[in-house]
Amino acid sequence: MNLSFVAREVQEGIRGNFSMVLSIVLVTFVSLSFVSVAALLQIQIGNLKSYWYDKAQIAIYLCNDFESELICPSGEITQTEKIAIAGQLKSSVLTPYIDSYSFESQDEAYQRLLDDGGELNAAQYLNPDQLNATYWVSLADQNKADLVVEAFESQPGVASVADQRSYFDPIIGLLNGATLAAGSIATVMLFSAALLTTTTIRLSAFARRREIGIMRLVGASSASIQLPFILEGLLAALLGGGLAIGLNAFLVENYLTDSLATELAFANFVTVADVFAVAPYVLGLGAILAVLASGISTFRHLRT
Amino acid sequence: MIRLENVTKTYRGAGTSALAEVQLQIDRGEFVFLVGSSGSGKSSLLRLMLREEKPDSGDLFVLGENLKTLPQRRVASYRRKLGVVFQDFRLLPNKTVYQNIAFALQVIGKSRAFMETSVPDVLRLVGLEDKASSFPAALSGGEQQRVAIARALVNRPELLLADEPTGNLDPDNSKEIMGLLSRINFSGTTIVMATHDRGVVDQMQRRVVEIREGRIVRDAETASYREVPSGPVGISEDQA
Repeated sequence: MNLSFVAREVQEGIRGNFSMVLSIVLVTFVSLSFVSVAALLQIQIGNLKSYWYDKAQIAIYLCNDFESELICPSGEITQTEKIAIAGQLKSSVLTPYIDSYSFESQDEAYQRLLDDGGELNAAQYLNPDQLNATYWVSLADQNKADLVVEAFESQPGVASVADQRSYFDPIIGLLNGATLAAGSIATVMLFSAALLTTTTIRLSAFARRREIGIMRLVGASSASIQLPFILEGLLAALLGGGLAIGLNAFLVENYLTDSLATELAFANFVTVADVFAVAPYVLGLGAILAVLASGISTFRHLRT
Repeated sequence: MIRLENVTKTYRGAGTSALAEVQLQIDRGEFVFLVGSSGSGKSSLLRLMLREEKPDSGDLFVLGENLKTLPQRRVASYRRKLGVVFQDFRLLPNKTVYQNIAFALQVIGKSRAFMETSVPDVLRLVGLEDKASSFPAALSGGEQQRVAIARALVNRPELLLADEPTGNLDPDNSKEIMGLLSRINFSGTTIVMATHDRGVVDQMQRRVVEIREGRIVRDAETASYREVPSGPVGISEDQA
């Protein structure tokens, strides 16, 4: 097979069928944009988790005099209860999951509240006695948080156990929802892109039926008859994918890196580097679908 | 070169067989006319030899291949060993004469060097060396058929199949094409030509195989289109 010949055939096919090829490019562009957005949302979730989960701690709030009887039936925590909790934190059952822990007394908690405060400071309405002494636990393995929470929840002298990670649940839920939405749109669009490719190849084959007829008669191999059509579909899909990546990079650079990220510096947004990291997968997905769709189409319409 | 043994072919939905138990042998270097009216089965026979279709039963050997069992992936390489021309020329209107012929070599991956020697060669053979850069629309019917023959011959096949090659041509052009086919046959290429052009067959005096309703009814060396006028079918044909 002659490569320059195949290239010329592809070129001729695209020229003769320009509007259809353009429509494949556009539909693939839109669908792969959504694929890329879905992937970036998942990376964003990963970024949030790795950034915040490392900092997130488990707080074991100890009973004080002000807790309700339901939660702390025996009132303020006793010295023995405190020792039991400290003992459990050091026990061999939990040490594999715990990176470090620290104790914050009621006075220290009050002090921190004072330090944190702006004009509307809750500390001025409270006494240290009303606050909870707290064990702050940093985990070695974030995935074992539930285990640690469970271990202390029912412990006498413990008012409540809070996993700071749960503060992120709503935003992660939101991002997951957005991923699902983008993914669903992408699926529908990819399906229509595949159908469009099949139709386009069929039209393209019909437009070149004279050439194909002659190619068959003179003994061109099936591969050399079909390859130009498959390449036509592949080229259109890759072009669409390239546009999708370009658009994503543009949006991330202009609306996240240059704008939102400077205002919300704590959020650790996805960057253009992430866009390019998912690019091979986005292009690969587009390419596989294009080759499958045009391959099936040529197989059905161009058999020797 | 070609051998058919009890070849039968029936098309779906057709009541009768297009070909029924056909026995035929054609040797290397022969020039054979397949004659018969439309629908007699001669085109079906050519399609089988082109391996566009397979026989329902019987064996069909062409150029050393058993076309009944030839696997699909080897059909392309089989077709490279033969040439074929049709009544409607089947040239590509957007390519020049030279490009039309070169196309047949390009698509089977021949080198540029091979093309540059064999295309002018075959153009000289068909007497169109001065029309290499013309487009088909600028040529007469006879010239277009000569281009088609050149394209069929450019890969130097041993066998040339021709389906009504003079069907669209006036008598002068037909004569010219037949002269060309004779020369090609004289140089060693086996030719099987389906036709119902009585003048052409009578002029050539070659082997004639007559097919009627899917059966060979006559096989005669150096014969005319029809030596003995036959029954009502034949008469109505002649009038048509």
